[in-house]
Amino acid sequence: MVKLLVLTEIVFTQHYGLDPREYFRDQKPRKMIEKLTTVNQAVSGLINDGDYIGVGGFGANRIPTAVLHEMVRQKKKNLGLAGHTATHDFQILVAGECVNRCDIAYVVGLEARGLSKIARQAIESGSIDITEWTNAALTWRYKAAAMGVSFLPVRCMLGTDTEKYSAAVQIECPFTGSKYLAVPALFPDVGIIHVHRADVYGNCQIDGIMVADLDLARAAHRLIITTERLVPNEYIRRDPARTVIPYYLVDAIIEVPFGSYPGNMAYEYFSDEDHLQEWLKAENDPDTLSAFLNHHIYGVKDFNGYLDTIGGLTRLQELRILENLIEK
Amino acid sequence: MDYNDMELMICLASRYLEDDSIVVVGTGAPCAAAMLAQKMYSPRLMIMFEAGGIGPQLPSMPISVGDSRTFYRALVASSMPEVMETCQRGLVDYTFLGGAQIDQYGNINSTMVGSDHQKPKVRFPGSGGANDLASFCWKTMMITPHDPRRFTEKIDFITSPGYLTGPGAREAAGLPPGCGPYKVITNLCIIGFDDQTKRMKVESMHPGITRDAIIDNTGFELLWAEDLAQSGVPTNDELKCLREEVDPYRYIIGRG
Repeated sequence: MVKLLVLTEIVFTQHYGLDPREYFRDQKPRKMIEKLTTVNQAVSGLINDGDYIGVGGFGANRIPTAVLHEMVRQKKKNLGLAGHTATHDFQILVAGECVNRCDIAYVVGLEARGLSKIARQAIESGSIDITEWTNAALTWRYKAAAMGVSFLPVRCMLGTDTEKYSAAVQIECPFTGSKYLAVPALFPDVGIIHVHRADVYGNCQIDGIMVADLDLARAAHRLIITTERLVPNEYIRRDPARTVIPYYLVDAIIEVPFGSYPGNMAYEYFSDEDHLQEWLKAENDPDTLSAFLNHHIYGVKDFNGYLDTIGGLTRLQELRILENLIEK
Repeated sequence: MDYNDMELMICLASRYLEDDSIVVVGTGAPCAAAMLAQKMYSPRLMIMFEAGGIGPQLPSMPISVGDSRTFYRALVASSMPEVMETCQRGLVDYTFLGGAQIDQYGNINSTMVGSDHQKPKVRFPGSGGANDLASFCWKTMMITPHDPRRFTEKIDFITSPGYLTGPGAREAAGLPPGCGPYKVITNLCIIGFDDQTKRMKVESMHPGITRDAIIDNTGFELLWAEDLAQSGVPTNDELKCLREEVDPYRYIIGRG
């Protein structure tokens, strides 16, 4: 039990003694003002060393790559991370040595593509403090935060080592006496989400699956949005049923075309499997990896610079054709 | 037709998925088995993916359980809480899992090898959705190569629950009653779970496989069905469908 309490203190995000209601009351904008900025400014202004980060999308699908690269370029340190099927996103942040603690549901793997050597080494060397969770548990931890409560009862993880190395606590239902696991609300300091379209105020629409982003957007103290396209507010108002993140949750908005590359963006472009394999292979040798990161991240000014290094519009057009299953 | 181990396991697994049931699958062999079942036997099999895809008409094998193929021409492009809560409510019949180690009660390790959690000898991805699916879905199936390092007496980390320590243990731990491991499909045999002891029980051996070969490749004592049968073999129709429609680029069956 002692060990669990220690883990609890070092890894998962705390409320810092402040009621999140007060934070949201005092810090979230009620006024619908324009929040356009640059990736560089959003990262330097809204992400501090030591912050706890929640990343939207799912591993290499609809991820905010531009922001992740900029965090590496700006050498952000000692970050906490919600490892909720964190695949390429985790790989990027580990390559930049940005993370020192992680609530893990799924990391170090890139699903069917294989395992990331540097991500494995980072954990095997003990350089990242970890707890264990599941995808549902982390999703529901966001949901508890989004609901404005401090925990939710769930029925997974019970009886396993996953439970033992989490910070969850067994409780009894006051009505039925059933055993449940209480998972603590997860309020990241910063949420980062890539969406299909948004207006300058931060009203956002996402096409396709939402993964856990509805709740992440509501749980995050600060929220950075990158969008494939900026659209006029009138466009949002024409079809409000599709708006999943309203402006008052959002602190910064940046238009980043192809912003999920090399990840998949539903209906826009497929993942660049060649580039992801090239990255995985580069990890086999430290010098190769260093050259790879210099070429694609450290040596370019911004995300458009990265896209130039991977073949620019010619390659992106191929991925768009692939995504839309167009036979040529 | 000749076939490899992976093709054998996928074909045998696909026969368990019946029409009008719901299965949550990951990428790889489980997804291939579900796609094959849908094309060969169970056109009304409902496939779900944990990131939110519900009822897609899969155009090809997904690379990720959250990529856009998992909701191509789907009924719903939903969310992870939606799919996980559907599982927790008891609506999902089957799931398929894999792992690095498995014990006689069907407990699975996909987290780490070693004894120090903060500094493991080998780190694997972790639960992902596996623990959730093993906790909630009525019947958990596994497709796995059969060797003594995987089938081991004591696994280093229980990532996902099988029957834990035996009869009644899942319920005592607070897991939803009435569900758990159902079949383990390996390259040597098909294994079920004994009603009384909840331990692994070999139900059928694949053609050409001996009892000794299975014992030699298992790190714990297996139970044996009294009416021990011979497993079926992939039919030509199954292999043709698997190779031409399900996995034409041999992403999965190429590993077999």
